[in-house]
Amino acid sequence: MVLYALQRLAVLAATLVAASLIVFAVMSILPGNAAQTMLGSTATPEAVAALAHKLGLDQPAPVRYAHWIGGALRGDFGLSYAYGSPIGPLIASSLAVSAPLAIMAMALAAGIALAAGVYAADRRGRTGDAIVMGASQIGLAVPNFWLAILLVIVFAVSLRLAPAGGFPGWGEPMRALGALILPAVALGVVQAAVLTRVTRSAVLEALNEDFMRTARAKGVSRRSALWRHALPNALVPILTIMGLQFANLIAGAIVVENVFVLPGLGRLMLQSISNRDTLVVENGVMLTAIIVIALNFVVDLACAAIDPRLRGLAA
Amino acid sequence: MLLEVSNLAVDLMGTAGAQRIVSGGTFALDEGESLGVVGESGSGKTMTALALMGLTPENARVSGSIRFEGRELTGLREEAMLALRGDRIAMIFQEPMTALNPLHRVGAQVAEPLVLHRGMTREAAFDRAVQLLDHVRLADPERAARAYPFALSGGERQRAMIAMAIGCSPRLVIADEPTTALDVTVQARILALIDGLRAESGMALMLVSHDLAVVAGHCDRVIVMYAGLIMESGPVEVVLREPKNPYTRALLEARPQPGASRGRRLRTIPGSPPIHHEIGAGCPFAGRCDLTIDICRTTPPPEVRFSADRLSRCHRAREMGSLNMRTGA
Amino acid sequence: MSAGGLWRPRVSFSLWAGAILALMLLLAAAVSFVWTPYPPAAIDIPHKLASPSLAHLFGTDDLGRDVASQLLTGSRISILVGLVAVGIGLVFGIVLGLIASFSGGWIEDAVMRLSDFVFAFPALLSAIMLTSTYGPGVINAIIAIGVLYVPIIAKVTRATANGVLAREYALAARAAGRGPLSIAFDHVLPNIAPALIVQATIQFAGAILAEAALSYLGLGAQPPQASWGRMLAEAQNVLYNAPSLAIYPGAAIALSVLGLNLLGDGLRDALDPKLKARS
Repeated sequence: MVLYALQRLAVLAATLVAASLIVFAVMSILPGNAAQTMLGSTATPEAVAALAHKLGLDQPAPVRYAHWIGGALRGDFGLSYAYGSPIGPLIASSLAVSAPLAIMAMALAAGIALAAGVYAADRRGRTGDAIVMGASQIGLAVPNFWLAILLVIVFAVSLRLAPAGGFPGWGEPMRALGALILPAVALGVVQAAVLTRVTRSAVLEALNEDFMRTARAKGVSRRSALWRHALPNALVPILTIMGLQFANLIAGAIVVENVFVLPGLGRLMLQSISNRDTLVVENGVMLTAIIVIALNFVVDLACAAIDPRLRGLAA
Repeated sequence: MLLEVSNLAVDLMGTAGAQRIVSGGTFALDEGESLGVVGESGSGKTMTALALMGLTPENARVSGSIRFEGRELTGLREEAMLALRGDRIAMIFQEPMTALNPLHRVGAQVAEPLVLHRGMTREAAFDRAVQLLDHVRLADPERAARAYPFALSGGERQRAMIAMAIGCSPRLVIADEPTTALDVTVQARILALIDGLRAESGMALMLVSHDLAVVAGHCDRVIVMYAGLIMESGPVEVVLREPKNPYTRALLEARPQPGASRGRRLRTIPGSPPIHHEIGAGCPFAGRCDLTIDICRTTPPPEVRFSADRLSRCHRAREMGSLNMRTGA
Repeated sequence: MSAGGLWRPRVSFSLWAGAILALMLLLAAAVSFVWTPYPPAAIDIPHKLASPSLAHLFGTDDLGRDVASQLLTGSRISILVGLVAVGIGLVFGIVLGLIASFSGGWIEDAVMRLSDFVFAFPALLSAIMLTSTYGPGVINAIIAIGVLYVPIIAKVTRATANGVLAREYALAARAAGRGPLSIAFDHVLPNIAPALIVQATIQFAGAILAEAALSYLGLGAQPPQASWGRMLAEAQNVLYNAPSLAIYPGAAIALSVLGLNLLGDGLRDALDPKLKARS
């Protein structure tokens, strides 16, 4: 297990380096000049050149890359052009909103998906299965930000039960949590549609395995065989897809944060785009990639903890 | 009698209507006795075994009577069936690769029936599982108990499977092709192990196999199944020496004879077993059988009884002693 | 399941419902070129936020523009983004997948590793990268979405191509000295077509969703181009006065995506019975 973890850790490091290279390439090397974008098309070439020099954009690419990564490793992400403040704290405060939102949404999605997926698999071909599959088909089609708007219409506009948006800050934990509920529902329910289908087919596959019959022949009840024998075997594919889907969840969070005017990472990045604050966007995208890659690393480890075959011959 | 099955029928409900997979299954098994069930794949032998366990697929309907230890099992409540399975009746499956749960330690899987039926704690049951693994002569049972199935060889896994089955000292063990997936040498050792366990515990054995040789060496009585029907049944040495059913005879001739001259060709059974909906009114073996006469195609074969436990289902069963298979005359 | 090996296309409910919804989407776009009740971008402040009536079937928005006309015209951008993004994915994905399959070895490994990796960047994230460097717009949105589809199509292509290449007739063609290109065209592409058609349909639906999200955020279609995503963003400003404005465009997106997903499922059942057992 330790050996396996070290091996995955090496892959993780390599993936992170590759991700940083891609982000750097798209945002800093490809034709197009960040200084030009920042100043807009009306700026004089002299002003653009001056800003480019100030930002170090006139230096060769490897130097700039080294400078970026070196700074990031020391916790120095540079200064935001629009806010004039360090980028690190800016991103940290936005993460304080986005991270809980993503976790709440993922937990909700996983809860719904496991319950509905196992239920549907257990009742394959019957009415219950058809209802779950139909509902998930609709869930796949509904854009999460539209669901978010619909939730606002119902709970904020009509029923006046919840605020239509905004975030009071973690100084008031209960109200802050309350402000995240509708966004988490909008994100989680849509995400659950994909995961329910994955869960159903993974559980169905496990139910057809020979060892299920062995378990039943031992006197294990149908229900207990489902939960103790089939579900653990289905969990590896389910977790893997959950990890991959997390990237989509983060992307969804960016949009849904916008619906509810939450000061999260998504809004920070969008504002930075309209402020032409390229450096903030670059670091925000990189951070998102790091979170997604790290989460998939954790998923790999979790799968290995579940399935002894994945961690090799070490017993 | 430990087990009395009469008129057992299994129907599979499909979109195209019901298909009869097993029909008119009647046989009995005494304490400590061993019964071989022989047939090609699709003959209904595995479905018969699953019906005894109450583990037929969801779309299957079981009818007839299965009396085990004097209790009727068809229509028995699921809770009562749960208490029997793995305790009084146990089953050994064919594929030792896939029949064990890949995620649980072998010891824990062997221990599971003990936890379920004997109320043992997981720890105590695990210790008992190590003893059971030792009892089925697995080398280094401690290591095997802690290992996951993928780390064991096929033979080791099948021994673990047997340990799992005998844990609660069942009165009946159903072994469905227990050695088919194994090497020939391992096969012999596993069968010897099963014989030994049967001798010491007095459990009854139902050995399901496509291989007449396996059944011949390890069973007291045999039933031969074809297309869901029991074609012939009786004491194993009598049936093999003097088959009263052309299907049994064809099976016997289709296997290599010890001492046969080199270069002699093996007989094969022409054609292939019928798909269930293709069976018409007559005998399912009609057409593939050398002895087919007109009545075979139109009328189901009758059960012809030669003695209390000797039975053949064939229109020409009584002529069998004098008939030559090749010419039919 | 059929015993005799008879192959009969299964025309399921999914296929029918999906085909009808997808046709409605195409029809809306086609009609919008010829006729809309009003010019979709025509501002008419005196008639702003009108309720649905015979004059304005779905009412008007906060600038008095006819919602029905905008809905019709908005379908164009969805279809455009879907077609081009899926096209990019197909062209580059098939080429990459075939290269990986034919060359094998480290090239295959490298291509597949790269594909795994792109999954860490959802369309929205790459769109944010692109637009922040090059400015917002439909073209950047299309590129961002299309790039994500390349690895998906490459994976499907490679997996199917590997299967086909291992079969006897492809081996025979190779033994006969046929070049990889002619084998690809004669043997591989016809065999992967069903899987790719299914994938393309489902990715088309994904592209519509992604475009809507990008336009909603202001990173996709720019005014005065009508777009369902942007209609939702604009409707949000007047949510308390006219909540129904937020219903129609969302329903249009959802129905289009539902239709294409159903069509994809139905096509999979009809074209590729092997795949059905797994779903």
